Amino acid sequence: MSYLVITELQKHYDSYHALRGINLNITEGEFIVFVGPSGCGKSTLLRTIAGLESSSGGTIELDGKDITEVASSKRDLAMVFQSYALYPHMTVADNLSFALRLAKVPDAEIQEKVRSVSASLQLDPLLDRKPKELSGGQRQRVAIGRAIVRQPKVFLFDEPLSNLDAALRVQMRLELARLHKKLGTTMVYVTHDQIEAMTLADRVVILNAGQIEQVGTPLELYRQPNSRFVAEFIGTPKMNLIPVDTFAVKGDQLTLNLLDSSVLFPANRLSGPLPKAMIMGIRPEHLSLVDDNGDFTGCVELVEHLGSEAYAHIQLTNSQTIILKASARSTLKDGDLVHIKVDSSEVILFNESDRVVSVIAEEASND
Amino acid sequence: MTLNQQRKLKTLITGLFAWFIALLLFFPIFWMFLTSFKTELQAISVPPSLFFEPTLDNFKVVQERSDYLLHAMNSVVTSFGSTIIALIIAVPAAYSMAFFPSKRTKDILLWMLSTKMLPAVGVLVPIYILFRNNGLLDSRLGLIIIFTLMNLPIIIWMLFSYFKDLPKEILEAARMDGASPWGEVVKVVLPLSVGGIASTALLSIILCWNEAFWSLNLTASNAAPLTAMIASYSSPEGLFWAKLSAASTLACAPIVIFGWFCQKQLVQGLTFGAVK
Ligand SMILES: Nc1ncnc2c1ncn2[C@@H]1O[C@H](COP(=O)(O)OP(=O)(O)OP(=O)(O)O)[C@@H](O)[C@H]1O
Ligand SMILES: [Mg+2]
Repeated sequence: MSYLVITELQKHYDSYHALRGINLNITEGEFIVFVGPSGCGKSTLLRTIAGLESSSGGTIELDGKDITEVASSKRDLAMVFQSYALYPHMTVADNLSFALRLAKVPDAEIQEKVRSVSASLQLDPLLDRKPKELSGGQRQRVAIGRAIVRQPKVFLFDEPLSNLDAALRVQMRLELARLHKKLGTTMVYVTHDQIEAMTLADRVVILNAGQIEQVGTPLELYRQPNSRFVAEFIGTPKMNLIPVDTFAVKGDQLTLNLLDSSVLFPANRLSGPLPKAMIMGIRPEHLSLVDDNGDFTGCVELVEHLGSEAYAHIQLTNSQTIILKASARSTLKDGDLVHIKVDSSEVILFNESDRVVSVIAEEASND
Repeated sequence: MTLNQQRKLKTLITGLFAWFIALLLFFPIFWMFLTSFKTELQAISVPPSLFFEPTLDNFKVVQERSDYLLHAMNSVVTSFGSTIIALIIAVPAAYSMAFFPSKRTKDILLWMLSTKMLPAVGVLVPIYILFRNNGLLDSRLGLIIIFTLMNLPIIIWMLFSYFKDLPKEILEAARMDGASPWGEVVKVVLPLSVGGIASTALLSIILCWNEAFWSLNLTASNAAPLTAMIASYSSPEGLFWAKLSAASTLACAPIVIFGWFCQKQLVQGLTFGAVK
């Protein structure tokens, strides 16, 4: 198993500064996922690790050896491309064995390896076909097979599932998770699909404008984001953000005055000094409907029924719309006047420069 | 008229039009072919006769007066030779420009094409002197060199546009799979662009085969290709239409037959980039 150490990695495209000092340790056998908005540099980072893009500064080490200047072909990394990039002129079997043939592996061994990979990915009936005679899902499996067969040090995936339909994507996601469990090889995976990131990753790296915004396990990022960017990026639907008008600390309570009411927050959950201004963040599932004595009132604008749950879009008195997660059997309808209660143990507070100034409640992190 | 009928009529009209153009283009070749079987008198008779007793005399005269086989061999050696050399130079050049472009790649491509904008006659004297000083006049090697240089820009352009159409990821996949740059070219780029390379080669061969300016100016007898042979029938004893036609028929027959066999590649080549 292999590990990667990336230090101060920079990438300039002509005039565009795509990677701005990336520092990252990827440990042995880890499944690490890069997410971030379009154009933030996920593919660039992955391709620089692969050696398909040259770096403009910094180093990449693989198992303690500096590979920054090593050619892609000598790095012993395998990559699965979004477009699959199968060799169109070769059969599936030849696609699978291409790297082994290049490496001059003995024929018998090649056959053995191709057979075992094709069996594990159910490619046996397809071995004699050309890529153009395969469906999207089959091509995807061949592309993955081509990477596995070499037993590389690290797998690199660039949005491998984004060309598949929803059902197939779920199935392949499970297969990838199973594959990682079975092989135990280090995997680096780029996606813009949050569910893929949350379900597959040991750790998620959130990139923003060429920089790492935060690294952590999926739950850490969800529960304890460092910044408003991460808080808004992780979670669907998005976290609700409500500006705090005024606030005051009295004893061990922080009182947040917002809209037409106030929310109490334990002061010991504040980290650092009191900021000048605050924004309150609360996820849709931490808001609930109450008959009275709610923290806010609002008017239902729209209810989205997803089957297993429902999301109510509610307009508050400051005409901001927030989203609340309701039960699937909710009888809410448009135009209803509702009282909303905030679960203050799940509130996250941001300062004026969008950094998080609260820590998660102890009891919440224990359950 | 129903929509279906309209469509049929449209197909019919375009079909007729296409046939008309094709026949128009084919007519000179057909006429040349016909004339080559006439006597000199029939060849210049007005109105031209369409029905006559064919004769092979012209061909006999051509074979007697000039060594057809020698000239044909010169044409074959120079066009194939220069095409092969040009491809050997052009494939790596186009590969590097298509897959590792730099800021100046576009400029280089344009600059290469600009060399074709200069009228050949403008460099005739310097080239002639260079050839004379290096003993290349009237030699096959000399013609091969000039043909190679003449066609190189077009060949690089054509290959460049074929390579540019290859998905970059496929090459990157090969690189990740451990292929060296040379391995990428041999195992991936070439197999994926055989069609393009074949049609480029065919075009180059045809251009060389029919090249007359340099052939006439740089060869005399030993290395003279078929085009130079044809030209020798238009002077100095005046025009002999039938014999000229016989010589031309003999000159273009091999390449027409060759082109016929490679029709599929040629069509693909001439419409390169247009259809995907
Ligand atoms: N070859 C290039 N030349 C110039 N700029 C580039 C090049 N490749 C990428 N960029 C720029 O670098 C930035 C990062 O690109 P990258 O492809 O890494 O984004 P990404 O995070 O993978 O986005 P997506 O989710 O859309 O795939 C983008 O702003 C892009 O415009
Ligand atoms: Mg990308």
